[in-house]
Order: sequence, then C-alpha cells, then structure tokens
Amino acid sequence: MNGAHDLGGAMGFGPVAPEPNEPVFHEDWERRVYGLMAAVGDVGGWSIDEDRSACEAMSPATYLKTGYYEHWLHGLEYLLVKHGLATPQEIATGKILSPRKTVPEATTAGEVWERVTGPGSYLRQPQSPARFKPGDKVRTRNIHPETHTRLPRYARGRTGEITLVHGCHVFPDSNAMGTGEDPHWLYAVTFTARELWGRDTADTVTLDLWEPYLEPA
Amino acid sequence: MAHDGHDHDHHHGSELSPIALRVKALESLLIEKGYVDPAAMDALIETYETKIGPRNGARVVAKAWTDPAYRKWLFEDATAAIASLGYTGRQGEHMVALENTPDTHNMVVCTLCSCYPWPVLGLPPVWYKSPPYRSRAVIDPRGVLKEFGVELPATTQVKVWDSTAEIRYLVIPMRPAETRDWSEEKLAEIVTRDSMIGTGLVQVPA
Repeated sequence: MNGAHDLGGAMGFGPVAPEPNEPVFHEDWERRVYGLMAAVGDVGGWSIDEDRSACEAMSPATYLKTGYYEHWLHGLEYLLVKHGLATPQEIATGKILSPRKTVPEATTAGEVWERVTGPGSYLRQPQSPARFKPGDKVRTRNIHPETHTRLPRYARGRTGEITLVHGCHVFPDSNAMGTGEDPHWLYAVTFTARELWGRDTADTVTLDLWEPYLEPA
Repeated sequence: MAHDGHDHDHHHGSELSPIALRVKALESLLIEKGYVDPAAMDALIETYETKIGPRNGARVVAKAWTDPAYRKWLFEDATAAIASLGYTGRQGEHMVALENTPDTHNMVVCTLCSCYPWPVLGLPPVWYKSPPYRSRAVIDPRGVLKEFGVELPATTQVKVWDSTAEIRYLVIPMRPAETRDWSEEKLAEIVTRDSMIGTGLVQVPA
C-alpha cells in the first residue's frame, strides 16, 4: 500500500532530534498502549504482519500527525474489531456490550518473561530451492499493491545485488491478509546510492526482500 | 470530546488528555472482558523499562571486542552468539551483526515502521520511529550522521540497512584505540545505544 508509512526518501520533515537521557515511555498512556498491545497480542490471533498492516490503515494525514504509540492504539482498536474481540461501541464507551469471544487464556505475570524471551522463528521449510545466490544481479518489480507489502516505493524497479540469503521466511504480503504464510526465500539486496537516488557516492542501501519482489537483471 | 472526561481526576489536578482517556477506557474493557491480566500487563511494561535495554547489546559488543572466537561466531551466526549471552525473543528472532571498520560504516533504519532489535537494544527511541530519521537515513545518511555529531571521511563507505523483514541488525562499532588494556566490563560501559544503531561512534569519556 502506497501509504504515509512508506517514508524512505521523503523530504521536508526537518532534522532528527535525539533526546538526551530519553525515557522508555514519555506518557503513562504510551506505557499502557504498549502493555495492552503486547498482552492482547498473545490471545488476539493476529500476526505481526496484520498488526503492521492495521497501523498503516490510518489515514495518511493522521498517520503523519501522530506518534508511534498512537499508531499502535489505532492498530489495536482496528484488530480488536476485525477479530471480534470488541465492538466499536465498546471501544468508544469502555463498557461491555457484547459477549466475550472465546480466546486462549490471558498471559499471566508469571508467564511474561518466557513469552517475551522465548524462541520464535519466521523461517519455514522451503518448497523450492533459492532462485538467487550472493553476487546475483536482480531487479525489483515495479509493483503497487493496494494491500500490505514490505517493498518500499523508493526501491521499486531498481537494480541491485544479492548480498545475503536469509532463508525461506513468512511472506508478509499474504500473511497480513490472513491468507496464509506463503513462505518465500528472503534476501538482503544491496543498491548503490547512484541507482536509488542518482547520487554520485559509493554509499549503499541494503533491504531485505522476498523472492516475489525480484526478477533476474 | 475534549471535555468528556472533565471531571475525571479533576480533584487531583491532573486532568487526563483525550488520548489518555481513550486508552484508559480500552484498558478497563479488555481487562473486564478477560483478555488481559493487569498484572501481566504491568510485568510486560516493567520488562522493557527495567530489564531489556541497550546494556544487553553493549555486553555483546564488549565481548566481540575482547574475545576473538566470539567475534568470529557473532559475524557467522549472530542469532546463536547473542542467544548464548541470554538475549533472545521478540523482535530479535533472526539477528545479523554488522562490523564497522575504518572503511565501512553501517547504519540501521526501518523506513516502513520502526523495526528494532528489542532483545539487545530494548524499545526504540522516539527519533528512530519518527519521520525525519525514517525518511532521510536512506537518501541522506551523511546528513543524518552530522546531526548526531558524526562526520565520516569521504573514504569511508556508508552502508545503510533498511529493516524490511524480520531480520534485526546490530552494528558492532569500532573499539577506541586507547582502550587496549580495558576489561570487558569496563568496555561495556562506554558502548552507547546509538553506536549500535550506527548513528554514533564509541568514544572514551574525557
């Protein structure tokens, strides 16, 4: 989706403003949004790709006017409704107006550390051998899906080189839609600044890109 | 809307903002519906406020600086080498370590959201999640570095890594020459979060 979240190469946002001794959370409500998203994520039944896609569904103007945890709050409210855990009326009022959905038991405090640090993996069994190897030249496809994708606009239709083969990974473009993990080979692909931006420098940008985004160059 | 919660906490002199009220309502709904255990929520918050943060990454870097076998392992299989120090889990499932040298400076961004290696660096700072960094790190990395007080020689190649998948990158900064006889523990103290994102260099405090 060509949304406001796809920021690479955009201009006019001003300088980066690092904050010395920055706290982990600035407002208590941000702390609560983080905790809610992390806790409900254990029972909600959605994937991280669906979560990202939900945050990207904000209107572009609102996305740019609001910060990270407000994006999360929007995404969480959207997912709760989509997955039938709460109705918009319940979210607006904070009052129970519909039966509770049957979901796994809520994570307890004693289970938190294991949930947070326990093993997880996005690697899946490949259905076919990798099409590319390090050193291969590839061109990214010029695609503009209206749904979630992890191929940013600035890297579409560009020629780069495979630098790492990461393995066969869950494919966000389908997983975000709830249509399955559809795993594909994932590569680190390196582009020169000249190719991406027309700039005369030896600097590079590397992106992690799935095989369906790529064709031989 | 802004006055909906006018009477809430008024007597405490700390009126909640509209968004704080919205979150408060959502929290009570989700707890009442039984989807969230409030004690678990507090434990999740506390984990990232007090237990998981950039000190973890600093220990990885200090070990890579002092233990050649570990350094080799880290660049071959960062996920396993980092897990051996106990740093595993969410947003760090697949790790890659990037070596900064006099010839190459690596720097990490997530232009599409704010992907960040939580087990080694904790939750990301606001600037990392904000449009100025996300938009410019890929098109003007040297300009961004200058805003962090970092000016690299033209002969140093800048390699930017845009975290578009579930691979998380940890920059292993260069070790300052004057730390030759320092212990691993002392070294870990000078490794900054920014140096492990690639927006800072490690310096010995004056």
